[in-house]
Amino acid sequence: MLKQRMIAVLILRNGQVVQSIRFKHTNVIHADPIHAMEAFNKWAVDEIVLLNVSLEPSSAEKFVEIIHRISRECFVPLSVGGWITSEDYAQQLLRSGADKLVVNSIVSEAPELVTRLSESYGRQCIVASIDVCRSEGNDTAVAVDRGRRIVTSSPGDWAKRCVELGAGEIFFNSISHDGARRGYDLENLKAVCSAVGVPVIAFGGVMTWEHMAEGLRAGADAVAAANIFHYTEQATRKAKSYLADEGFRMRVEGRAFAQAGNDAIDG
Amino acid sequence: MATGRTPIAIIDYGVGNLRSLANAIEEIGHEPELIDDPEVLLKADRIILPGVGAIEPAMRTLRTNGFVEPIFECAKRGTPILGVCLGMQLLCTSSYENGTHEALDLIDAEILPFDPDVGLKIPHIGWNSISWDQTHPLLDGIAPSSDVYFVHSFHASCQHDSNVLAWTEYGEKFASMLVKDNILGAQFHPEKSQYVGLKILQNFVGL
Repeated sequence: MLKQRMIAVLILRNGQVVQSIRFKHTNVIHADPIHAMEAFNKWAVDEIVLLNVSLEPSSAEKFVEIIHRISRECFVPLSVGGWITSEDYAQQLLRSGADKLVVNSIVSEAPELVTRLSESYGRQCIVASIDVCRSEGNDTAVAVDRGRRIVTSSPGDWAKRCVELGAGEIFFNSISHDGARRGYDLENLKAVCSAVGVPVIAFGGVMTWEHMAEGLRAGADAVAAANIFHYTEQATRKAKSYLADEGFRMRVEGRAFAQAGNDAIDG
Repeated sequence: MATGRTPIAIIDYGVGNLRSLANAIEEIGHEPELIDDPEVLLKADRIILPGVGAIEPAMRTLRTNGFVEPIFECAKRGTPILGVCLGMQLLCTSSYENGTHEALDLIDAEILPFDPDVGLKIPHIGWNSISWDQTHPLLDGIAPSSDVYFVHSFHASCQHDSNVLAWTEYGEKFASMLVKDNILGAQFHPEKSQYVGLKILQNFVGL
């Protein structure tokens, strides 16, 4: 039976893991992302998403080095994004150990590149990130380029467009909910889930394990969080046990290979 | 059981992310060797055939890079060969992904799409459990119903149940691991399936 996934997101600025609040990144959580990675490996996390939010294009090169190091410790799928603007760079990321590419701005600015990447590496390799935001009047919009440019008012239509271009998965994020600790933007999450037939990852706003349960009930196939996982010991393990008690299908095994040795398998 | 660092050949025919497989082989204490020269492949003791993306370009690239004959030769000699994800599909007879395409035909199986009428999300992405009827050294130390990581839109359908090493449910029961003597396949990614996957790779090295 297919499990519902729990995904840890690491937001990187200048190579450091930072806290994200409404797409502003000030607090450094980990100076070296490898430490966060080691913890998540032990805590039964199902997947890792690594996003480079640095404003400087020159950060792209250092990001490749980080992926190279992180992927040596990462035995769950690793999705990476930020500054993917060429086929060459995408290939560098994959050759360094990334499994999937998270694309955002190029869906609007270079849609043909999304399709080419999908054709080269397969649909399963392309995760389209959709950033929704709410106006003061609570109207929804979809933005690209770190929330700076609005492209449409319909997250559902944008999600369909991403899939038509070749995305095999949708990463749903909300700028208004990011770091706001009030749970996912459920209304827009539902709209995206019902618009497409590919898996949807919910992100943005988790403060409690119940927020994750809400995301799954809204139709998401996977629930993601960032800040909360860094500040809670054994976070993903606790979150999974909460969700399992709520009746969701979670993977429980999660020991690192070296720890498990020849013992019977955990869980 | 092999002792020390065993070299494991990973066929590098220019597609996909081989780093993940190489990292996993290193993690279990062995030596990944990315092989882009078909002649060198003939010297390998253990071979992994990786692959992601669509079958037609992958099969074409294997052919143009001259890997098909050496793979047949190694298969005949009894060298253990493990196909992973699309690599597993390449070991089968034919695939119906974007038309009909012949593959290596080392295992009598067809590659079919999931039934679109069942309302499943395609691709099948995520952790799903494997179960099996026959024991095999590749599954030593793996608990029944262990979860492994899948990402694919097509699946194998075997002509003979004896070639099905493990089953997985996704709308229907499909063959998630294949076996025919020294030819082995995993539809999931052992290199991305944490402890369970690394254990399977370690078992493969020990065959």
